[in-house]
Amino acid sequence: MSKFGVVIFPGSNCDQDMIYALRNIMGQDVVELWHKDKDLKNCDFIILPGGFSHGDYLRSGAIARFAPIMEKVIDHAAKGGYVFGVCNGFQILCEAGLVPGALLHNTERRFICKNVFIKAEHNESLLTSGIPLNKALKIPIAHGEGNYFIDAKSLEKIKKNGQVLFRYCDDKGNVTPESNPNGSLDNIAGVCNVGKNVFGMMPHPERASDPVLGNTDGMVLFQSILSTVLQ
Amino acid sequence: MMTATNEELTTVDTAKKLGLLPEEFEKIKVVLGRTPNFTELSIYSVMWSEHCSYKNSILWLKTLPKDGPHMLAKAGEENAGLVDIGGGLGCAFKIESHNHPSALEPYQGAATGVGGINRDIFTMGARPIAQLNSLRFGDLKLEKTKWLIKGVVKGIGDYGNAFGIPTVGGEVFFDECYNTNPLVNAMSAGIVKAGETVSATSYGAGNPVFIVGSATGKDGIHGAAFASKDITEDSAKDLPAVQVGDPFQEKLLLEASLEVIKTGAVIGMQDMGAAGITCSTSEMSAKGKHGMKIWLDKVPTRQSNMKDWEILLSESQERMLIVVKKGKGKDIQKVFDKWDLNCVQIGEVTKGDRLQYFMNNELVADVPAESLVLGGGAPVYKREFKEPAYFAEAKKFNIDQLEEPKDLKPVAKHLLSHPNIASKRWVFNQYDSMVGTVNMSTNAPSDAAIVNIKGTNKAIALKVDCNARYVNADPETGCAIAVSEAARNIVCSGGEPSAVTNCLNFGNPYNPEVYWQFVGAIKGMGAACLKFQTPVTGGNVSFYNQSSYEGPVFPTPTIGMLGILPDKANAMTLDFKNEGDIIYMIGEAKNDIASSEYVYSFHKIKNTPAPYFNLDEEYNVQQAVKVAIKSKIVQSVHDVSDGGLFVTLAESAIVHNLGFEIFTDKNIRKDAFLFGEAQSRVVVSVKKEHETDLIKLLKNLEVKFIKLGFVTGSEFKVDNETLFTVADARDLYDTALENLLK
Repeated sequence: MSKFGVVIFPGSNCDQDMIYALRNIMGQDVVELWHKDKDLKNCDFIILPGGFSHGDYLRSGAIARFAPIMEKVIDHAAKGGYVFGVCNGFQILCEAGLVPGALLHNTERRFICKNVFIKAEHNESLLTSGIPLNKALKIPIAHGEGNYFIDAKSLEKIKKNGQVLFRYCDDKGNVTPESNPNGSLDNIAGVCNVGKNVFGMMPHPERASDPVLGNTDGMVLFQSILSTVLQ
Repeated sequence: MMTATNEELTTVDTAKKLGLLPEEFEKIKVVLGRTPNFTELSIYSVMWSEHCSYKNSILWLKTLPKDGPHMLAKAGEENAGLVDIGGGLGCAFKIESHNHPSALEPYQGAATGVGGINRDIFTMGARPIAQLNSLRFGDLKLEKTKWLIKGVVKGIGDYGNAFGIPTVGGEVFFDECYNTNPLVNAMSAGIVKAGETVSATSYGAGNPVFIVGSATGKDGIHGAAFASKDITEDSAKDLPAVQVGDPFQEKLLLEASLEVIKTGAVIGMQDMGAAGITCSTSEMSAKGKHGMKIWLDKVPTRQSNMKDWEILLSESQERMLIVVKKGKGKDIQKVFDKWDLNCVQIGEVTKGDRLQYFMNNELVADVPAESLVLGGGAPVYKREFKEPAYFAEAKKFNIDQLEEPKDLKPVAKHLLSHPNIASKRWVFNQYDSMVGTVNMSTNAPSDAAIVNIKGTNKAIALKVDCNARYVNADPETGCAIAVSEAARNIVCSGGEPSAVTNCLNFGNPYNPEVYWQFVGAIKGMGAACLKFQTPVTGGNVSFYNQSSYEGPVFPTPTIGMLGILPDKANAMTLDFKNEGDIIYMIGEAKNDIASSEYVYSFHKIKNTPAPYFNLDEEYNVQQAVKVAIKSKIVQSVHDVSDGGLFVTLAESAIVHNLGFEIFTDKNIRKDAFLFGEAQSRVVVSVKKEHETDLIKLLKNLEVKFIKLGFVTGSEFKVDNETLFTVADARDLYDTALENLLK
């Protein structure tokens, strides 16, 4: 049986949404992990949720990355444990060096919250294992700094390694400049580490999982996780 | 007797400089039995300012209906109204203005408006779950207006997004009357379990008084007084009166405050908004009929050497005053330590009613709490009012004076691309509308925002509304329309209108013509609220929205309305669903274009009466819509409002890239039929197989209705003429505002 741990940093504000999606919708065992703690409470799947950790007055995620709990999260990842960061969680993972790249200000220099479409690059990672490859998933974004950047050499490397997980596309699944909401390099919306056990993405699958909200496209990510982790 | 060392006594000139009237200075001397010192005078000046005392409005506000079937806390009893939504849950909701600060410093002004209104909600123990805002700006061609809207929207976004509560609705309206005085009204709604609310009160001699949250700085000093005067060329000197917001602190304060309530150690709690420590200590003490000793030197400050009156008057944000049960201080300390927030005892509750403020053991002010507050000793004025000349003038307008345009295409184009009508996506895409995963309107657009109450069958519906052009044309009718339209939007979304919060934005109350607008608006609001059984639970009054050179803004009584959906499955959407569905309009077409966007900005006829409106007809239309939605025979419901029927149809069609074909009524002018803004009309679409059911239902309810036409593939067709393709209309509608802002 798998146990999920959602880390709460001061300023996290999507923590309860993630817990609701996992616990109330997916029926999973979830515990809250406090940023000052140094104990992962035997969780095997760690989630860093969205929000504005420490206010994000500095670079997003730059302070949260030094939280006491992050030492344990980094250890966990080094041992091959699963870690998943969404939005601010992705930014923290980048700052911590657990996934490659950085998240710059959106090209329009404005916060953007809206539904966008993404598609999975492959089924080779736990997070994308059950996603139909040609399906455009409608999943919302909500960020001011989601413009994915990486140097050219590293970009080639992560592409070759299959570390690009999601790219922004139109509703038909075409990856086009118009469907790129924030200026991300190569329309990249989500990546993983070399070991494919640490995942980061800007769009919020937990916001597209409750049938009451009329969009459950995000559920397939959680189902992918569960179908493998629970085995 | 006063034994303070702060012996320097004040004069009527000092009082005037602080914004008090000479007779108010005399009144203070009578209350105290002596001449106040500067600190005391400062206390009175903020507490008796318009902003805190409602001295020029309270007589009329008292005439508004306060009680309804669902009220848990009546108007003015707490920081916000509290409505029973069933299942042991209450909804606290309120709207508030931050106009004056936003006029000077749009980013911080708007941001702190968001912070303040949310604190009003969580100080009652309710967790905010949805925010809305209502914004008014001047002519978009002016660079200043662009600067203001960009700053205000970024301020609201940065604060609300980080705080982490979704912004689910709002309105943005442009008119040159707001060139100098933009209006920024922010609303928040929160949910609390019945019995877990906290009151803004203080009692029990010896109980400790704590200040928690941010340190106190010199920002916002005399902010309440600043908000109580006209804007002039000198207003830039008031910049220190604008506060600075920190949404991160607010988020921590939210979590810590709700956690501290659970300890059971709290007697009372109030946030610090206008007039800071002064206001919270005096209002809580007056309510609990006790006194307080406050040691100002214990207050954590940002700057050293702050004066006693600066600490008292500072409007630094993200602070709360908490009165705690004696001996339980450690319990609350522990919670605030966890969240890394200040939590310092600064005083204690005393018997009697004196507020005694000390600085380094010296008494610096000694005043009776009751004398400071609304409902206590604060002044109450009856103001003169006079009907302005423009009112009679407007009534002379007759539609026959205006020749009907031969070609309606340019009108349709003008309206769809007008910033008052076009999509506000440039604005709302900057707000996080989905955090909290409760916004049911994201993927299912509706006239009012529908917010899910997780773990229950219920949802709430929220709406802010005011067409200030109507209110200016006729305050009484215009304000009744504002209430009716808010209710109509909630009904069209499947909700039951429940209660109202208001934000009354007007010019200078000492101007009898402005006051006439105020009185008319209150009368209209009262009548409509009675009809819909939606009591007014609170809100705020913002006078002095006028400048020395441009006069008052349109009277803008923004209505924030809460509706309840006992069954969230009853939620209704505004978008056309299928080609071939039949379109009906419930209500009656009128030969009326008064106060429409069409007559005002296309023909530039600025002085016309309010649009056609009859409260009973409105009520009947709403009842019919409710029945139609409950019987599950309508596919979409969208009310006719700004821009008229054509805009309503376009908005319903654009969502799924559909078209429509309709036929006008030969007895009504075509421009009035399509672009008039006569009230009490709602467009519904039905499947062919439900058409006869709908007709039967509407006939039974004795409500007027007409068949308009049907939903089509891609063209907007009126009387066999194509006015637009949906692709063109959508492009125009979606991009108009962002193009104007470039």
